Amino acid sequence: MASRIADFGRYTHAIVRGIPASLAKEALRSCPSEVDVVQARREHEKYQEILRTTFGLEVVELPADESLPDCVFVEDAAVVCGDTALITRPGAESRRGETKAMKEALEALNMNVVEMTDENATLDGGDVLFTGQEFFVGLSKRTNQRGAEILADVFKDYAVSTVPVQQGLHLKSFCSMGGPGLILVGSSEPAQKALKIMQQMSDHRYDKLVVPDDLAANCIYVNLPDKGHMLLHSTAEMFPESLKVLEQLKDYTLIAASNKEKTKVDGALTCCSVLINKKANISRFITPCTMWTR
Amino acid sequence: MTTEVSSETEVKEKAEESAAQLDQPEKATEETQEEVITEGEEKEKEEKEKEKEEKEKEGKEGKGISKFLPTWLKKPKSQAQEAPPSEEAISAGQQEGEGPVPEVNGHTEEVEEKETVKSEQVKETEAESHSNASADTEPAKEESAEKSPERSQETKEEQVEEKEGKEGGLRGGGGGVEGQTSIFQSPLRLVRKAKMKLVVCQVALLDGTDFTCEVEKRAKGQYLFFKVCEHLNLLEKDYFGLTYKDNHEQKCWLDPMKEIKRQIRSNNWQFSFNVKFYPPDPSLLSEDITRYLLCLQLREDVATGRLPCSFVTHALLGSYTLQAEFGDYDPDQPRPLDYINQLNIAPSQNREMEEKIFELHKSHRGMTPAQADTQFLENAKKLSMYGVDLHPAKDSEGVDLMLGVCANGLLVYKDRLRINRFAWPKILKISYKRNNFYIKIRPGETEQFESTVGFKLQNHRSAKKLWKVCVENHSFYRLNAPEPPTKARFLTLGSKFRYSGRTQAQTRLASSLIDRPSPTFERTSSKRISRSVDGAPMISITDVERDTAENGREHRLDLHSDSKSFGASEVAPPQDHDKTQDEVLKHQASVSQLKRSFMEAPPASPPQSNQWEKRLTSSPATAVRFQQQQVINAPSAEAAAADCTSSDTKEPTKTADVEIEETIVVQEVSKATQPALVTVAVDSPAIPPAKQETREQEVKVQEEAVVPKEAATAKQESVSSESESEDEAEYHPNVSASTHMPEVKEEEEEEDKVEEDKMADENMSAPVVASLPVEITKAAEDVCKKEEESKREEGQGGVKRNAEKEMEVGRESEESTEEPMMTPEEVPNGVALAEDAVIGLVGHAEKQEPKMNGETLLVEPRPQVICCSEPPVVKTEMVTISDTFAAQKTEIATKEVPIVHTETKTITYEAAQLDGNGDGEPGVLMTAQTITSESLCTTTTTHITKTLKGGLSETRIEKRIVITGDCDIDHDQALAQAIKEAKEQHPDMSVTRVVVHKETELAEEED
Repeated sequence: MASRIADFGRYTHAIVRGIPASLAKEALRSCPSEVDVVQARREHEKYQEILRTTFGLEVVELPADESLPDCVFVEDAAVVCGDTALITRPGAESRRGETKAMKEALEALNMNVVEMTDENATLDGGDVLFTGQEFFVGLSKRTNQRGAEILADVFKDYAVSTVPVQQGLHLKSFCSMGGPGLILVGSSEPAQKALKIMQQMSDHRYDKLVVPDDLAANCIYVNLPDKGHMLLHSTAEMFPESLKVLEQLKDYTLIAASNKEKTKVDGALTCCSVLINKKANISRFITPCTMWTR
Repeated sequence: MTTEVSSETEVKEKAEESAAQLDQPEKATEETQEEVITEGEEKEKEEKEKEKEEKEKEGKEGKGISKFLPTWLKKPKSQAQEAPPSEEAISAGQQEGEGPVPEVNGHTEEVEEKETVKSEQVKETEAESHSNASADTEPAKEESAEKSPERSQETKEEQVEEKEGKEGGLRGGGGGVEGQTSIFQSPLRLVRKAKMKLVVCQVALLDGTDFTCEVEKRAKGQYLFFKVCEHLNLLEKDYFGLTYKDNHEQKCWLDPMKEIKRQIRSNNWQFSFNVKFYPPDPSLLSEDITRYLLCLQLREDVATGRLPCSFVTHALLGSYTLQAEFGDYDPDQPRPLDYINQLNIAPSQNREMEEKIFELHKSHRGMTPAQADTQFLENAKKLSMYGVDLHPAKDSEGVDLMLGVCANGLLVYKDRLRINRFAWPKILKISYKRNNFYIKIRPGETEQFESTVGFKLQNHRSAKKLWKVCVENHSFYRLNAPEPPTKARFLTLGSKFRYSGRTQAQTRLASSLIDRPSPTFERTSSKRISRSVDGAPMISITDVERDTAENGREHRLDLHSDSKSFGASEVAPPQDHDKTQDEVLKHQASVSQLKRSFMEAPPASPPQSNQWEKRLTSSPATAVRFQQQQVINAPSAEAAAADCTSSDTKEPTKTADVEIEETIVVQEVSKATQPALVTVAVDSPAIPPAKQETREQEVKVQEEAVVPKEAATAKQESVSSESESEDEAEYHPNVSASTHMPEVKEEEEEEDKVEEDKMADENMSAPVVASLPVEITKAAEDVCKKEEESKREEGQGGVKRNAEKEMEVGRESEESTEEPMMTPEEVPNGVALAEDAVIGLVGHAEKQEPKMNGETLLVEPRPQVICCSEPPVVKTEMVTISDTFAAQKTEIATKEVPIVHTETKTITYEAAQLDGNGDGEPGVLMTAQTITSESLCTTTTTHITKTLKGGLSETRIEKRIVITGDCDIDHDQALAQAIKEAKEQHPDMSVTRVVVHKETELAEEED
């Protein structure tokens, strides 16, 4: 496990997508809200900037598609682990078209791309939590058992456990990985229940960090060789109490990103990018040969 | 060794003589028996007075056997025989004097003999002595040659066994047990029935070759298994097992403790050698050869798709395989794809994958085969299905599921998805009934009631199979270091199916003590590639050695010299010693080392190891034993701690058998379980070395005393077995296990019969063999006295508390009626409590004194304690610490003032037992382990008792930890540590009571 953990949070590339104007009116949302597209785009700019400069990732930006109002949330279109990318079949019919561009982008990156073609399967990437050692797939409005099965079939190396999502859009609407073996999770009852299930289903032990706001538990963890643990989180303005909790993390560099507009359409931080570790492709498993050859 | 051999020869001659005399009668008449006895007595006379006395005593016993007979022997014929054989053995042992080895043999034989005719017995003895000799020295073969073919066969087998036993013995109790059984029984049987047929077994090995060997038709599974392991030169064998295909083409694990013939049920003597328990961390394995075999299994698992993995992982694993088999990537090597194809790396192997494999292979340059194997395993072990044994099932609604049994628990899959997981600690009970499989789940933090989850298996057979796998996996992985052996045995006995081997913890300990140069072995490549590959040095492993496999193990052994070391990784330069002698010696040495480590801790007695060692050992101890009988009282008191002392002996096997019997007893006696109590008793006496001897003696004494008891138990057992048959079985993972048992319907009857036979055999042997277990038990008992008392108390108290408990009590009483065993006879023996007693050498006189003497403080009186039918003193002594209390333990410890009287406890215990037959379960000592560190010796004795009463099961684990040191010990810390460890080992249990005895040696002995 060590090697897997060591690589956890290491990325080389990120795929993002622009925000179409249609987002404001047509994007799916759980509760009615008015979205300022301009503001949203500004936030997204900032977000990409962080990925690019702070995290040093090579950012691939796909052009926005007006016919796909939710296309900015690329996470749902693909699940990438190692050198394998699973192109999902999003649960919302209106979003199925989003996968095309994603697939091309991943192929362009030389990923081993697998498509989910089963018409009975639905899977949103937002329901997939990869801990570095296993997958948890939330069974939600957007993701069904069949989708999870296919994911399990694609990523055979890993255990794939299902977790009922009773509240919120996705599994990652209330949790995310805050580091190797660290799960950030919201304090709501459904979130805590889901965490319990995950803990029960896992052979591994995870630490948990509970933040008061469910959505604040959605962060992006990146491990940079030179900078160590980095955590991209929502701003204090949005979740002041949760930030206080996150600040307890030692040796972490906390980076705030405003996500206010996107959250109005249920977009969390992780939703807006697909992170890829090209170098990890195979080396994930390989212990440096130097240790043997000396 | 030389001395031993000579003595053995003597014995042989004698034995032969006697044999000649006695040979004719099929069944030994009493007269013949008497003769034998007399002979023995005469011989004895020659001996020293002490010995004489003892023997006389024995003789008396033997003559007076009649009184014992009913108890000892269930079956009449065996009764008559019984007394004589034991005497013979004894006498022989005495005659030899220093040669304990023969004795050991004698003992074993005795047990078996019961069944057989005297004359046969004698023969057997001979044979055994032969075997011993042969094991030690090669010349043995000659002897065997002289004898009838059967005999020679025997000897051979014996040799093998012995080797095994030694090897196994080093590792731990489990191995020892196995070794024992195989040694005794198979040879004996051969002797008995000259007509016994040999059967040719074919065992498919992991490298694709077949191993063929002949096995006596009634041989047990372990006999074959050991043969295979020997062929493979495998020491860390506990991870492996043999499988066979049943009539339904289902792969089943061959139960090492049962006769092969009874299991395969067809005349198809074909088996395969497989990994049974996948080590969660293969890097912890001691030997490269073990890792290599694991690699072979995993390669097969991956290739067949049983262990699913991704493309990349396939390629990566394949590349390590290439590196291990062929060495560095060689661009010049022709047709590399040819061999890659042969390797059968993935279920769907295509060009793309091969390319990938080569690409990766290049990156492994410089890795030795062993390193490549290690890397292979490091990656394979991370796969989510690594070590998961899948069984198809349905849920209550008929939905198809897969149940996966693994090191961590039970996994539930629907298709590939994990939809539930039950970690072992969460599981209270595993049972099956017909084709239903149930697990009872411990209530969660918020839940009040335990829940039961049921699954439907295809049929009753598969339900049983799954249940067995669960029992074994739980035993192997979950039962931890110090306790595992006990539990494991315990489990084994309960239902027919219990895990009989060593647990992982034990096996790890054992393998950490393996002390042999890493054996050279050939890899599959050598077999597969006939063309010589000049390029890579690694490849030098050639086919030449291929043939060896076919020739058999000896070939293998020779290989050592021939074979090349693969790489730097193979640390130890291959030494070519003939396995026969040098290796054996080394093994022995390592074994003895192991034993030493176990035993060295002076104070505590890990019951198992010590006892068997003593017995087995060819040390003067044996003689002492007999003598001791007279002395019983005094020594017994001291004996408690002593068990650990003896260290040299080499034959663990016997012990093992004994244990088994014990287990059986336990099972029957004890049933259900409920809350578990962990009692941590910490004794910190400084034990002077001088005491050790005494201890040994004491121990022996205890053993003998115990005998009757055991016999009784055996009876019970047999009885219970009869009643057992049902289609269901239970297993309580956490505790140890209680079970009711039986298994398959159709088969059941047969099995039962078999079992009965076995039982009978065992019973017969019980007196002798049993003694060992008894000892253990006693030691345990000592430890447990408190437990039992407390139990009783609980029982009584329980009545008041709730109806359920009452029910339990009622049941207990019923049970008790069934179990006549716990008789006063036991009591005297039982008196000797170990560790405490040791401390209290002084105190025989005090025995009867109330427990008040103890220094222990009652920290927190427990509710359980409140009502005691029996006022046994023990209570006073106890310091009860609730869980929360743990933090404060230190303080507690401090308060105590060292006091000497341990003996009191012992006394109490006995009393409790006598009265308590009904209520109290006889304590069974499951495991004892002694760990010695420089200044400090800690011995942990674990006693597990399960009781099933009226549907409620209760499991108690009592641990006795004796910390001994000549220098100052930080008692507080030691106690804290002990509690901590206890908690860690049984996370699912709570520490309900802690009894602390501090004993400081009186000036006399110390310093």
